Amino acid sequence: MEKILVGLKRVVDYNVRVRVKSDGSGVETAGVKMSINPFDEIALEEALRIKERGEADEVIVISIGASEAQQQLRTGLAMGADRAILVTTDHTLDPLSCSRVLHEIINREQPGLVLLGKQAIDDDNCQTGQMLAAIWGRPQAAFASKIELSGNIARVTREVDVGLDVIEVDLPAVVTADLRLNEPRYVKLPDIMKAKKKPLDEIALAALGIDAAVPIREVFFEMPSERRKGIMVDDVAGLLAALKDKGLL
Amino acid sequence: MTKVLVIAEHDGQTMNSSTAKAVACAATIGAEEIDVAVFAESAGEIAAQARKLESVSRVLTIENPANQHALAAVLAPQVVKLAATYSHVLGPSTTFGKDLMPRVAALLGVNQISDIMSVESAHTFKRPIYAGSALVTVEAPADLPVVATVRIASYSAVGDGNSAPVESVAVDAELPQHTRFIELKASSSDRPDLQTAAIVVSGGRALASSENFELIYSLAAKLGAGVGATRAAVDAGYVPNEVQIGQTGKIIAPELYIAIGISGAIQHLTGIKDAGTIVAINKDEEAPIFEVSDIGLVGDLFKVVPELIDAI
Repeated sequence: MEKILVGLKRVVDYNVRVRVKSDGSGVETAGVKMSINPFDEIALEEALRIKERGEADEVIVISIGASEAQQQLRTGLAMGADRAILVTTDHTLDPLSCSRVLHEIINREQPGLVLLGKQAIDDDNCQTGQMLAAIWGRPQAAFASKIELSGNIARVTREVDVGLDVIEVDLPAVVTADLRLNEPRYVKLPDIMKAKKKPLDEIALAALGIDAAVPIREVFFEMPSERRKGIMVDDVAGLLAALKDKGLL
Repeated sequence: MTKVLVIAEHDGQTMNSSTAKAVACAATIGAEEIDVAVFAESAGEIAAQARKLESVSRVLTIENPANQHALAAVLAPQVVKLAATYSHVLGPSTTFGKDLMPRVAALLGVNQISDIMSVESAHTFKRPIYAGSALVTVEAPADLPVVATVRIASYSAVGDGNSAPVESVAVDAELPQHTRFIELKASSSDRPDLQTAAIVVSGGRALASSENFELIYSLAAKLGAGVGATRAAVDAGYVPNEVQIGQTGKIIAPELYIAIGISGAIQHLTGIKDAGTIVAINKDEEAPIFEVSDIGLVGDLFKVVPELIDAI
């Protein structure tokens, strides 16, 4: 195939323990380390491997957000993507509007495969890939742990609750990456330098002429009730006594 | 009028317990009617189980050879046709529901609410974000259909004393041919299902090999427990993917959770925070798991667990 399109979302790094702002208006993101959503990094790694096997010519990374998302796109380019597109907006877009943006870019680029992470680790929605496939009228293969391409067909092994299921989809299609699809490569310094010269196009969201969807309004944020630290026991006998005490044995 | 449609999850013969939990969520919305839709090749047995669920008004069966396997691309256009007369369409937040419901929502032109943990009003819900590190109250537009998935660990299954009517429904939707089921590789195990087990014994990276993981299986067998694992243990290949617990695995709520050799990363803890009692066994007394455990034991699992197995 000619092109693979990969979505990269800028999110709070997975090692950061987020705090809710004291007025409940949101989550504190100022001064917090930001990274590529880990599932999106896996999606990109898979696209690069497909290209390196000679099964695709070009890998395009795309992000939607403020200009800071350039950092994540540059990282994607350093990993090996050929060029990047940033659809700029100062607002956080809801998943359906994001899907409409991605669909518009698909119409322009005509990729043979779209690879996204199965979910973003900030909002944990797990929606965009499935929504995009619906709008595009194309197949979806969510939670992929293995992708095998043969001609115009992708055979995808998916991590589902009962084990692994295998489906076959006609291309073009949307595939969302699960954890065990691959292990993303580390970026090397020379690649970071090279990435600076790769094209990164910015398109203003307004210029795409997308109908924004009605968002689900986020009214109030709070910290969950914490579990309290319980007792410590010294040995197995103490453990058994404590369990019996609670009526659990 | 508030009418809820719940999409049943099943394997072709047996209804998944997630359906009864999604119905429990639906029952807190204050609906005049809660219907359960069973999409199947042959829906008889599943409908017979679904009609027993309390709070259910009707069970709708949509039988079609194309519905033999739960392919989101095939089911979604049918759900959309059926959804026309409902204010809410709910599915479980399992891989089945997570795959299907966003496709339904997009075809209906609405955003979707993921992982409802409580219903505040017909259009206001609470859900976890950032691996459960924060909760957000969200409000769906009142003039649009609500499409949502239900965080099943937040709900107890409704009772089964009902006998709701079953109606066969014909749905006229164009079904795509572009997605085909090939096979399901389910590991056959007679251990209790992770998502319904009263006790779950779980192991982490400290087990260090799949051979050592037998210790977890032995203890689970003694207790009649389900077996779980951390992402690290699954990544290392000690256990299959379907036993992973946490942000990107299963979210469970057993009465007793025994965490063995698990440090307690936030991504894992979000999968167990609804457990009744958490027991932690870890040789590192600084492990974060001890901050959330009800009973903690600092010790070498390779010594403690065999002792525990002998003592039970």
